[in-house]
Amino acid sequence: MIRDITIGQYYQTNSVIHSLDPRVKLMGTLIFIISLFLGMNILVYIVATLALAGLIIASKVPFKFIVRGLKAILILILISAAFNLFLTPGTVIFKVWKITITDRGLKTAIFMVIRLVYLIMGSSLMTLTTTPNNLTDGLEKGLSFLKYIKVPVHEIAMMMSIALRFIPILIDETDKIMRAQQARGADFETGNFIKRAKAMVPILVPLFISAFRRADDLAMAMEARCYHGSNGRTKMKPLKYSKKDYLAYLILILYIGICISLNIIF
Amino acid sequence: MINHIKCDKLKEIVVNEEISYTLIRNEENNLNIVKAENLTFEYIRRDEEGNVESINKAIDNVNIDIKEGDFVAVLGHNGSGKSTFAKHLNALVSPTEGSVWVDRMNTLEHENTLRIRQTAGMVFQNPDNQIICTLVDEEVGFGPENIGVPEDEIWERVEKSLKAVGMYDFRLANPTKLSGGQKQRVAIAGIVAMKPKCIVLDEPTAMLDPNGRKEVIEVLHELNKKENVTIILITHYMEEVIDADEVYVMNEGKLVMQGKPRDIFSQVEKLKELRLDVPQVTELAHELRKEGLDIKEGILTTKELITELERIRGLKNVNNSR
Repeated sequence: MIRDITIGQYYQTNSVIHSLDPRVKLMGTLIFIISLFLGMNILVYIVATLALAGLIIASKVPFKFIVRGLKAILILILISAAFNLFLTPGTVIFKVWKITITDRGLKTAIFMVIRLVYLIMGSSLMTLTTTPNNLTDGLEKGLSFLKYIKVPVHEIAMMMSIALRFIPILIDETDKIMRAQQARGADFETGNFIKRAKAMVPILVPLFISAFRRADDLAMAMEARCYHGSNGRTKMKPLKYSKKDYLAYLILILYIGICISLNIIF
Repeated sequence: MINHIKCDKLKEIVVNEEISYTLIRNEENNLNIVKAENLTFEYIRRDEEGNVESINKAIDNVNIDIKEGDFVAVLGHNGSGKSTFAKHLNALVSPTEGSVWVDRMNTLEHENTLRIRQTAGMVFQNPDNQIICTLVDEEVGFGPENIGVPEDEIWERVEKSLKAVGMYDFRLANPTKLSGGQKQRVAIAGIVAMKPKCIVLDEPTAMLDPNGRKEVIEVLHELNKKENVTIILITHYMEEVIDADEVYVMNEGKLVMQGKPRDIFSQVEKLKELRLDVPQVTELAHELRKEGLDIKEGILTTKELITELERIRGLKNVNNSR
């Protein structure tokens, strides 16, 4: 049952979006988010909607995968909408008992919901079209300027990719430990939430021990293969920009330009 | 314990290696790839205040010379110090006393560490815990990446070493999805891609099924014969040892036996004292001999036993017909 959890929600198709350099996609997501928070201008949102729709169609990822990410933050969206709706001062347009809705409140609430929904859809689109490894590679290369202020970018990226690799192994391990304990009468399924949570503690101890042992083994295996940080390290598959990546950057500049000018003009 | 060696220094080392290597070769003809002299290693257990609680001698005054191009096996039951010995060959631990030379480089000198690890690659027991990447070809390329091999050459090396272990068709697979034997072959390819002179394997087959075990051992013999790579196989499976050039037996940190497989396995009683099993055929031959059959000691394969038995039957027939 526990093995069904998938981490990193990559969806494989052979679209243009998938073949873009991860750095472009990271930058694109950032620009898209910035454009959403520029201001509350309806025209900007129309442009953003068109752009998002275009990207989703180009990515060939089924729409239901993209909205799936919304489920997790549904409560957050509702709460922020409620706060904006009921607590913003302005001209009252609707009043029942102590609940008042103002025109400004309604407007902010709608924009807030659209912003959050687009934000999640935009970033889901990125994770759906980029493999986790590509993503860490992109982060490493894209943030490499940070190493001049002594941020260990390579080391962080290496840790991220190792963590991603070990997730399925640790899930397997958890499954094994749970079954071993169930075989000896442990009960994980009945009782209330607190009781079930307490039953999980005996799983954590052996899991931690084995995780440390694995980490130790892995560190030794890496050292044995001459790993010594990023110094003098070459890349087997270095990230290289191609023509379509430059084109994508151009489109991004154009997009943010349009958004800013719409904001200024109207 | 990661050593930060400047990039250009590393390149310089790689370039100079060929030259210095030929020089050394000319100096001394009988070059040993691995040499351990009076090697002693102690695990010191301390209590919370840092006082020494107990000292455990994992390796006790061991002298070993391993010739280049040999297939060497190190035997011993659990806790005999054989794994600790393997770690010394890769400069993963430093000797408490004595010294180890790998290709004439002392493992105690830190500037040698990277070159030693490149010369003597190491494969570990658990295949899952030594795989670093999520694709087979990236995994094999990890070692060459670390020693600064240029991109094009990495691809060449990856292809060559994957073909050498017969895993080229799996180059785009996820290593976690492979069988145990395949994983270990990928791990071996990852070492081969660093072009080592010597591969140290610390119980590489302990977690594999018989088929996987056979795959791995076959690959090792092939590498040994075709590429002339020195293989140091640490194991407690006797069947893997019978084709070795030289066998060392360790017990409680000491080197207790040394010789050709046939000489080692003729001493069945002594091996049993050391809590080691002999290959089943050897044991059967030994028991038959104890029962009075005139079988020679040191039978290693089923075929040998059959010939030997047929010889005895032939003798009997001759006697009867007289």
